[in-house]
Amino acid sequence: MKKVGNHNSISRKLFFSLALSLAFSLTSFAQDAAPAAATEVPVATQGGDPIKGKELFNSNCAACHKLDGKATGPALRGIADRRDKQWLYKWIHNSADLIKSGDADAIKVFEENNKVAMTAFPQLSEGDIDNIIAYTSEVKAEAPAPLPGAAAGTTSQEGGLSNNLILGALALVMLMLVVMLFLVSNVLAKVAKANGIEVAPNAPRQSIWKAFVRNQFLVLVASVFLLLASGYFVYGYLMQVGVDQDYAPIQPIHFSHKIHAGDNEINCKYCHSAARVSKNAGIPSLNVCMNCHKNIAEVAEATATPEYSKAFYDEQIQKLYTAVGWDKAAQTYTGKTEPVKWVRIHNLPDFVYFNHSQHVTVAGLECQTCHGPVETYEVQKQFAPLTMGWCIDCHRKTDVKMEGNEYYAKIHAELSKKYGVEKLTAAQMGGLECGKCHY
Amino acid sequence: MSSNKKYWKSVEELENGSIVEALRNNEFVEAIPTDEFLGNNDAMSSSSTSRRDFLKYVGFSTAAATLVACEGPVHKSIPYVLQPEQIIPGVADYYATSVFDGFDFANLLVKTREGRPIKVDNNTISGAKFTANARVHASILSLYDNMRLKEPKIEGKAATWAAVDTKIKTSLADAKAKGGQVVLLTNTLASPSTEKLIGEFIANNPTAKHVVYDAVSSSEALDAFETVYGERALVDYDFSKASLIVSVGADFLGDWQGGGYDTGYAQGRIPKNGKMSRHFQLEANMTLSGAAADKRVPMSVANQKQALVHIYNIVTGSSVAVSLDAKFKAEVTKAGQQLKAAGSKGVLVSGIQDKNAQLLVLAINQVLASEAFVTSGTRQIRKGSNEKVAQLIKDMNAGSVHTLIMSGVNPVYTLADSAAFVGGLKKVQTSVAFSIKEDETALVSTVAAAVPHYLESWGDLSLTKGTYSLTQPVIRPLFDTKQFQDVLMSLNGLSGTFYDYVKANSASFISGTTWNKVLHDGVFVGVSQSLSGSADYAAAAGELAKSKTSNDFELVLYTKTGMGDGQQANNPWLQEFPDPITRVSWDNYLTVSNEDAKALGLSNEIVANGGLDGSYATIAMADGVKLESVPVIVQPGQAVGTIGLALGYGRKAALKEEMQVGVNAYTLYKGFNDVQSVTLVKADGAHEFACVQGQKTLMGRGDIIKETSLEIFNTKDAKIWNKVPMVSLNHQEVEATTVDLWDSFDRSVGHHFNLSIDLNACTGCGACVIACHAENNVPVVGKSEVRRSRDMHWLRIDRYYSSESTFEGDNERKENIAGLSSSLSTFNEMEKAGDNPQVSFQPVMCQHCNHAPCETVCPVAATSHGRQGQNQMAYNRCVGTRYCANNCPYKVRRFNWFLYNKNSEFDYHMNDDLGRMVLNPDVNVRSRGVMEKCSMCIQMTQATILKAKREGRAIVDGEFQTACSNACSTGAMVFGDVNDTESQVAKLAADERSYHLLEHVGTKPNVVYHVKVRNT
Repeated sequence: MKKVGNHNSISRKLFFSLALSLAFSLTSFAQDAAPAAATEVPVATQGGDPIKGKELFNSNCAACHKLDGKATGPALRGIADRRDKQWLYKWIHNSADLIKSGDADAIKVFEENNKVAMTAFPQLSEGDIDNIIAYTSEVKAEAPAPLPGAAAGTTSQEGGLSNNLILGALALVMLMLVVMLFLVSNVLAKVAKANGIEVAPNAPRQSIWKAFVRNQFLVLVASVFLLLASGYFVYGYLMQVGVDQDYAPIQPIHFSHKIHAGDNEINCKYCHSAARVSKNAGIPSLNVCMNCHKNIAEVAEATATPEYSKAFYDEQIQKLYTAVGWDKAAQTYTGKTEPVKWVRIHNLPDFVYFNHSQHVTVAGLECQTCHGPVETYEVQKQFAPLTMGWCIDCHRKTDVKMEGNEYYAKIHAELSKKYGVEKLTAAQMGGLECGKCHY
Repeated sequence: MSSNKKYWKSVEELENGSIVEALRNNEFVEAIPTDEFLGNNDAMSSSSTSRRDFLKYVGFSTAAATLVACEGPVHKSIPYVLQPEQIIPGVADYYATSVFDGFDFANLLVKTREGRPIKVDNNTISGAKFTANARVHASILSLYDNMRLKEPKIEGKAATWAAVDTKIKTSLADAKAKGGQVVLLTNTLASPSTEKLIGEFIANNPTAKHVVYDAVSSSEALDAFETVYGERALVDYDFSKASLIVSVGADFLGDWQGGGYDTGYAQGRIPKNGKMSRHFQLEANMTLSGAAADKRVPMSVANQKQALVHIYNIVTGSSVAVSLDAKFKAEVTKAGQQLKAAGSKGVLVSGIQDKNAQLLVLAINQVLASEAFVTSGTRQIRKGSNEKVAQLIKDMNAGSVHTLIMSGVNPVYTLADSAAFVGGLKKVQTSVAFSIKEDETALVSTVAAAVPHYLESWGDLSLTKGTYSLTQPVIRPLFDTKQFQDVLMSLNGLSGTFYDYVKANSASFISGTTWNKVLHDGVFVGVSQSLSGSADYAAAAGELAKSKTSNDFELVLYTKTGMGDGQQANNPWLQEFPDPITRVSWDNYLTVSNEDAKALGLSNEIVANGGLDGSYATIAMADGVKLESVPVIVQPGQAVGTIGLALGYGRKAALKEEMQVGVNAYTLYKGFNDVQSVTLVKADGAHEFACVQGQKTLMGRGDIIKETSLEIFNTKDAKIWNKVPMVSLNHQEVEATTVDLWDSFDRSVGHHFNLSIDLNACTGCGACVIACHAENNVPVVGKSEVRRSRDMHWLRIDRYYSSESTFEGDNERKENIAGLSSSLSTFNEMEKAGDNPQVSFQPVMCQHCNHAPCETVCPVAATSHGRQGQNQMAYNRCVGTRYCANNCPYKVRRFNWFLYNKNSEFDYHMNDDLGRMVLNPDVNVRSRGVMEKCSMCIQMTQATILKAKREGRAIVDGEFQTACSNACSTGAMVFGDVNDTESQVAKLAADERSYHLLEHVGTKPNVVYHVKVRNT
């Protein structure tokens, strides 16, 4: 059944597009609905614009505060209900002064939060603070409607079912045709018999197999063909030994490049900073993760996919916290660390010297050139074969980026004269010599 | 007539004839039960495994193993939890530090990768004066020595530091109560902070005293200097200022008074404007200084003393009666007169261990007003007092020493009378040995306190007066160790660590700068005043002239370039390092002059497998001390009547079995005198040496080492003294450099690397050999493999003798040969080095030929040429046919006969996890069956290029370096890009002294040598 999968592509496409359009309409509805629900609820604060407040909150407060849940500072939702507004103005403008003045509440807050002094924000006007308070006073939105992705999933599954139905029907038709053919030939035979036409019995024929064996030429050709074919496959098998393209091992922490580099557009070199200066791109040390994850203890609902739930992702972040020794509740490092044992994906043999900085900084290559569309990878895999042929191929084709690099000035002038070209490939620069990578 | 003597191999054989008969007829005593199995037809036929089945199993298992091998291993990668700011994986960091271990000292730059030190380089910042020798280069491997003392021990049992602290404190309190002596026995410290701490310790413990002990003593020179200038120190000679150097038994290019003089010396040895320094050497053993000298006179130490007085007479115009042997008189007089004529440009040094002799050295240099004789900034690296050590041993045996705290010394091994010391130690209540290894002394002490390696320690040094350098750790302590100073602080009741103490204490030494700056630079140079003083030199001369020659052999003890005082005996790099003079590794031996060897029947011979064998001899002293079965090397140039023996060998404690080689010459080091009177007798048997250079002389092959005299060099055309070899082309004699079998490539574009080696400046010190080991992960193969000529050194320093007293003499003799019979006999004679031959050193590594013979014969194109001039070797492509090695005229290719890493058959550093930490991650570790050779440190040139590319700038001259050129402290090796016409190496390659090795072969090498010029 699967083999005929391509033949009903039109109906499949139709179904698929239908499913997709449905899915999108659902998503857009959901996105519209959520903020609407939030703003509809009237708030017990007067004179504050929650939308401006949200902006201010994100740019000034979010580094240390969350609406719900403790970060470096306490959770801020409903802060207006807990504290006097004048007190808040004072606190935000200069918390240190307030603490010094001996305000009991201020000292309590200070001590509750590991005695981390809050940055003073004298630049925020009282109006600004009102806006922020308005934002923090919004009631927490309900859990969003059933996930649009899930809906899309079911529809596509329906599509799959109906595909099967169509395939079954088609097969049935074919079967009927075969039966009909058989019946027709039977009828014809009967008609012939009735009309007295003698159907000559088949002469005892040599089996095709024996005939083949007798024909030495055919045997020769066939065996040559067989040998060549098997040689082709054996060669193919041997050439993939040690080539781990698409190698995607299970990692101790399910790290999604899709979420980080794709959805959140974090630059590759933010985490893999060593790629700029070192031969290794470097797996980021856990303190780099904590630059963000100190504040991101859980993923947004929207991040979850049918395959990986929010709980699953949150558990991964928890694994990071365990590894780095971060106590989420107390917002402190415990000092107990368990380094993460990642499974290395890109392995070059020891006899190959490869330097990331040469390619990333000097040549200015995109990471994706060799590592593929990492920003779409939920599970990281090896994109390129990493064979020598693959390296050489690129060195032959790629022009060296020489403009503005003083190092190349002399050699470019000389070589371009020698070869009579303006652009030089890595190969022309000597990038194919054994000793450039093997020492 | 054949004798009827009966030969037997064992007592059984002699007494029980029947076994002998049986053995004679049958190799195996018991019959091998082949019939039992093969003869039994039933068993054979009923066996369920037929021969075919067997083959099937073999085939299947082979195929299965092959298939399994197709599955790649899973690699784990563990990033830092908290990455230190300055560490980027894959990028090397450099830290400045300084080392002084009581014997060697240097200002260093330590290269670390991912937080582990992998190589030491010379600190090139101005003021960092002392460069690393071979042993300091190798010290990085001693850090990763698996035989180090890993935790403190009390009575041989592992203990905690708290327990050690309590133990020492209790003992000190007890000593105080009982009034018993407390003695700190240390090596020379040269550390202002440690000395201050010790001062405080003595203040706290009134019965305490500090005894400084140098295993290899310079006590007499110190005494003499103290007498004249009132300060216990050594002169830091500046040989670059001398145009005439007379050395009376001082191996100043070796370890004399700490060594480290080669940089200054080499400056004067490169002919500039037709001038270079002249060097007379009067010595007994053949030393590096003797090899470099223009005129070397081999003479016994007794004669040297007379010669010194004779020179003193000439220079000062005195007339002390001298009994100098007539045969030396002319040469010594010449040296003395030229020294006097040189005036302030002359300098005299002496290694004679006699206070009077050392006083004369001061007197002569004072009269000359020698510029090289600098009394400011004196060396602080030897302070030991022979008298005080002798007194301590007496006190110990008298039972008056209550507590003995030792640091950095191993007296049980290094004292001649170690039995007396061990006896005394038994009477000491508590003995504490601060030691990096559980050495001979630590084993018999109450407490063995594990100290960190210098690369794990804090400290400060004042190597010369007025300079201040810091020692900083470059790695966390690998083991549960504690610095001597930290313990001392706790004993003094101070809180904090020694780091705090040094930092607080440093302020008074580094006025005008900051701690961070000094820590970054490694050194700080202050000011130091010149000294003046005088003594009764005439009396000293009279006293010295009274010394007599004895009829016995004069044993001259010395330290080998590779081993020094023996602290690093467990270092496989140093053990395998071939001695520059004898080219023997893994041994110490007696060096005997040719004449004495003949008289005593001692000999060396090369046996069938190419190995060198030598006789054994037994040396005995008058008081009965004996060293039995000491192997003998017949040493050309050894003064008749003298024998040499190196200290530092024969250690056993905390050494791998392979490293327990040689004999302990310290047992003969009576009264800390390096000259002893001994008798010499031949012993039975032959010793198997691991000698890497079979050939002995150059036999006038002038195109390997070209030599000339300064006179010819100055007056004649370069074609005369730097002859280009001629070849025949179309029946015409033409210069070999003009003929070429091959088309030349255009090498004018990009970089073209050349390495220039000046034979005038090379002293054969071997720092480059060890640096190459460290940089390129060169394996150690062990004694028996070296003996089979399977050493793996990528860089060797060939040593050539001449059969005449000059190399030119060789040439003349060769050219005067007439007829076949004469040629045969003459060549045979020329094989033997002369009694006082000239010596030349020639570092040889892959010559990176532009027309490389190795490249054309490789069947798999594993070796090929790069356009930057490097002959490249792709190990992964090599199948090990060894055609290349056979076709190489320079014999620089090395074959991996075995797997040298993770192989218990080669139990050196690459066989344990700790030792492998020294490996350079940028260079491949080669496997079995692969050819390897010098790569011209392509990983270093590539790194330099990449750095420039990243920074977007052109490369400046001097940036390109190789491990050897970096390590070369004399400036003999210069590396660079000849396409950069302004570079130093381009000028050197174009110099008229430059030539290529075996030019007539037409290989067009990228290594350039410079004709050696002697100022005879």
